[in-house]
Amino acid sequence: MPVETEVVELHGHIIDSLTLPKVLDQILKSDGSFEIEEMRIGNRREDTSYARIRVEAADQAVLTSILSTIKVQGAEMLHEKDAELAAVEQDGVFPEGFYVTTNLQTFVRLGGRWAPVQRPRMDCGIIVADDGTARTARFGHLKRGDNVVVGDAGVKVQPLDRPVAGRGVFEFMSSAVSAEKPKGALIAGIARAMKATREEGKKIVLVGGPAIVHTGGARHIVALIEKGYIDLLFAGNALAAHDIEAALVGTSLGVNIEEGTPSNEGHENHIRAINAVRRCGGIRQAVEQGLLTSGIMHACIKHDVDFVLAGSIRDDGPLPDVITDVIVAQETMAQKVADAGLALMIATGLHSIAVGNMLPAETRTVVVDIEASLVTKVADRGTHQAVGLVSDVEPFLNELLAYFRD
Amino acid sequence: MIDPPQTDLPERGRILMCAPEFYDVRYEINPWMSIKRPANRRNALAQWEFLYQSLLEGGAQIELVEPVDGVPDLVFTANAGLVIGNKAVQSNFRYPERQPEEPVFRAWFERAGYEVVTIPDRLAFEGEGDAFVVGNTVIAGYRFRSDIRTHQFLGEIAGMEAVSVELTDPRFYHLDTCFCPLNGGMAFYFPGAFDDYGIRAMQSVIALMLPIPEEEALRFACNAVVLDHDVYLQKDCPMTQELLSEHGFTTHEVDLTEFLKAGGSAKCLTLFLERPRSYWADEGQASL
Repeated sequence: MPVETEVVELHGHIIDSLTLPKVLDQILKSDGSFEIEEMRIGNRREDTSYARIRVEAADQAVLTSILSTIKVQGAEMLHEKDAELAAVEQDGVFPEGFYVTTNLQTFVRLGGRWAPVQRPRMDCGIIVADDGTARTARFGHLKRGDNVVVGDAGVKVQPLDRPVAGRGVFEFMSSAVSAEKPKGALIAGIARAMKATREEGKKIVLVGGPAIVHTGGARHIVALIEKGYIDLLFAGNALAAHDIEAALVGTSLGVNIEEGTPSNEGHENHIRAINAVRRCGGIRQAVEQGLLTSGIMHACIKHDVDFVLAGSIRDDGPLPDVITDVIVAQETMAQKVADAGLALMIATGLHSIAVGNMLPAETRTVVVDIEASLVTKVADRGTHQAVGLVSDVEPFLNELLAYFRD
Repeated sequence: MIDPPQTDLPERGRILMCAPEFYDVRYEINPWMSIKRPANRRNALAQWEFLYQSLLEGGAQIELVEPVDGVPDLVFTANAGLVIGNKAVQSNFRYPERQPEEPVFRAWFERAGYEVVTIPDRLAFEGEGDAFVVGNTVIAGYRFRSDIRTHQFLGEIAGMEAVSVELTDPRFYHLDTCFCPLNGGMAFYFPGAFDDYGIRAMQSVIALMLPIPEEEALRFACNAVVLDHDVYLQKDCPMTQELLSEHGFTTHEVDLTEFLKAGGSAKCLTLFLERPRSYWADEGQASL
């Protein structure tokens, strides 16, 4: 299967000179293959023609040999130039015309060689270090004197359109969202993907909203944590606050989780719960002091599941563990999610989009929400790899858990 | 396409030459050159003089570039550039050994009133050695001395189609060593110096391509000067002469063995500033 590709261009009277057929013949004779991506043929005799050809070969050595052969015929690599660099003149400000990344694996041509850009992430710039390594960088990372890639020359991205090894479990899904799809097959696929991620030794990150607790799904999350299928939890203040409220008094936002009935003065419950944790000094302390004995946050502490709680403007409290500086929260999440193999996003809009923005495109991403529009929204914000399931949370988790019972 | 100059067109063309006062084999940049076989200056002068006189007698006007000491290949004026109308497309020599010729030719073109055109990005291009204007097509060779990417530029300057042909044998390192266009939609050539693509491409432009044998191609039979139906070519190429006679051309032998030592013969020693009038009047191209 062809794995190495390069795009070349041919200009000139390539039809009457038979340059185009010759180049294509040479590619085939050298064990390569090609795809003509664009072709423009001159109308008049003196008009030139143009072809853009994607050359494919089984390995880099074959590709290099083909490219040197067809170069004589005038085939020029589209990305033959080295990337252009410009120095940062002001901390936290990119130079004019800086290259803005996608979430796809990106390569930068430096000194005639393609260097992979570390930590693929959308909406970043690319810093090239003195040792020739390249990495994505956001505003806060920029220091005066850093070298940043400017312009499009010498930058290429690896499209996801061909199957990448290990993505087989996801091939059955497409990101088209529909409430009419058979949920059983989708959920089985998600379970397989979680197991595969586990086998690859990569992290599974749960990005969760408070509806998990409101709908009574917290116990299923606890079960997944106990079985070792959640490595990292990203949430806001609300999920933790209502989970702790439920653990302490059995309600979520004042509604009794077992009976579904509002409790008297129940709206106070989560404020009192937050206050109790604040008195302890934090969630870990609340567990250690014996205040908190059940629920998702308790399970996280007990099973060493790392969590980041990111604050928002409408938070009550918040809990002492909540990071209220959004830049710090963003940075912390981006660092922790770097080696994630699967992101399970359940019932949260802003957090799903935020985490989606941090993930490279090859990270398996599942979005589950009662609203079909949310899944679409995550994809529209650039996380095109996201596959969606329209479902209420608790029934989804209940069915998912069934695949993990011994 | 360009219009032939209507006034003062020399009946038999105008040619640029350079006397071999400082000619020698001082370096090796093609398979013919060996510094162990230097040129005999006296013989070279006599041979060049004979060609010069023959072309004058044939009716051509001849302009001369002043020879320069230390620039031995300046005699090969075909590589000065390609003249298209009043434009001279300046050569970018591939080898540094010949690059000192560039300013000499440039100065000559400018003094003579040509608009000197420079090829972008210093891509290699060696003038009429690798490009012929044939009717309303530029036929251009590439690989050893010229870069195919210059051909599109030549086509734009000429307002014509540029047909590119790859040279495949390093002994025939310029197109004019293995291909010679003739009047009347004909040409003679050595097929072994091209691949099938190149031959087919030329056949689509030229109605009758006359192949010559390798032994005479190796004596540079194709490196001939054509004035109407008179062809001035290297001595001892009897089969080529017969072939040309059969097709209505008169052949004139010139002995240029001293220049063969550097890989050149009659055509390499001449650059057409203006083609003979018949070259334009008598197109007869296959595609027209």
